[in-house]
Amino acid sequence: MATTQRVRFDVLERVVHWLSALLFALLVVTAIPLYFGSLFGARLPRFSLEQVHLWAGIAFPVPFVLSLLGPWGRQMRRDVRRVNYWTREEIAWLRSLGREPLEADKFNPGQKLNAALVASSMTVMLVTGLILKWFSLFPLSWREGSTLVHDLGAWLIVALITGHVVMGLSHRDALSSMVTGRVSERWAETNAPRWLRDKTGESDSQGA
Amino acid sequence: MPDERLERLSHPPIPADSAPTTDRASRMPVGRRVFLGVAALGALGVVIGARVQNRIASSLGTGLGGLFPGGDHFRIYSLNGVYPSISATQYRLEVSGLVERPMTFTLGDLEAMPATKMVRTFQCVTGWRVNDVHWVGVRLSHILETVGVKSGAVALSFESYDGADTESLTLEQARLPDVIVAYSMLGERVTPEHGGPVRLYVAPMYGYKSLKWLSAIRVVDVVEPGFWERNGYPVNGWLDGTTGPTNPDPRLT
Repeated sequence: MATTQRVRFDVLERVVHWLSALLFALLVVTAIPLYFGSLFGARLPRFSLEQVHLWAGIAFPVPFVLSLLGPWGRQMRRDVRRVNYWTREEIAWLRSLGREPLEADKFNPGQKLNAALVASSMTVMLVTGLILKWFSLFPLSWREGSTLVHDLGAWLIVALITGHVVMGLSHRDALSSMVTGRVSERWAETNAPRWLRDKTGESDSQGA
Repeated sequence: MPDERLERLSHPPIPADSAPTTDRASRMPVGRRVFLGVAALGALGVVIGARVQNRIASSLGTGLGGLFPGGDHFRIYSLNGVYPSISATQYRLEVSGLVERPMTFTLGDLEAMPATKMVRTFQCVTGWRVNDVHWVGVRLSHILETVGVKSGAVALSFESYDGADTESLTLEQARLPDVIVAYSMLGERVTPEHGGPVRLYVAPMYGYKSLKWLSAIRVVDVVEPGFWERNGYPVNGWLDGTTGPTNPDPRLT
């Protein structure tokens, strides 16, 4: 018997997610030959790659920011608040590295931490990238610092996104919820029980 | 609206343990704190990163320092995906334009001229640098004397064997003692990836002024901005925003 489905992500959230994923992929694909220039030698036109990288980077926050701004962004704003606020139980769960029992909300503390780190490190990447593009506005030592931070940040963000992708591939229901927007109640009972309980308490017309 | 607020105020706060899912008092904005922490770390890195990096690079030496991200290593640039491959015997430098005697120099011709050696930091305008790069070449001023600059000449336009890059210098800049046509770099012949066999090295300016794979010099009556300058870089690329020539390096010989 098919279990009941629950709405987890609305259309806007899914579109923003996959647009961001696409832009991120573009950033990584162009970053690799820029970063490992000596390995790729002259086979790739560095200047053009740099332009693609630059504009993908500038475009990266646009879908997310736009999704937060208008009346269309209620669900997105609610999920951002969910990611931001942690209960004492969640903090204890993370401190114990997942050994303490926890009744998970829509996002578990690992996901929340990943989201906060991705958002903050992408912001740092954007700002340092802009400093490197419009370098003449900044002292030389800041440009050098930005190069260093951008280089180190690249490793951090790739590690974070790799973790995110690996988790997504090993939790197919979570992955398909970002495609269809829905999860089964059975999945939610084990992976997001508190969210399911709260949702059930809400009126049905409320959405996710 | 004000009534509602008053009503809410008149209720005592909910005890922390009573309702875990809706209780706001026991929820902490950890996400925001992580965000601000990472942002602060990033800002700190931008402001003092260069100093920390130089200390690490100098304590590790050139070899290990090069492995440290952002540190002491060249980022090889190619505009159009080509490293021109020109052998030492094939190489020619053509000098033309407003000159008394248009000439074409071989690598041997350049090496027979008085050599200038320099040890300088190679500084990219975007913030990477390589310390203590050894250079050997012939002063551009010497080449200009050899061909004889006609009156009315104002600037030099440089062309590259890559067919894409161009550069410019005013005549005054080109005559500085630390502006050379280099045939040796890092203690060996200039390699193809570094712009060999012959490239420009403009020591008092950012790296983009030091055009690679130098093929031709034209003496002209107006500054013709080069590739990078048409893409937003300053035409006068003096290191760190200085407006005039730097004092020649004491190590300049």
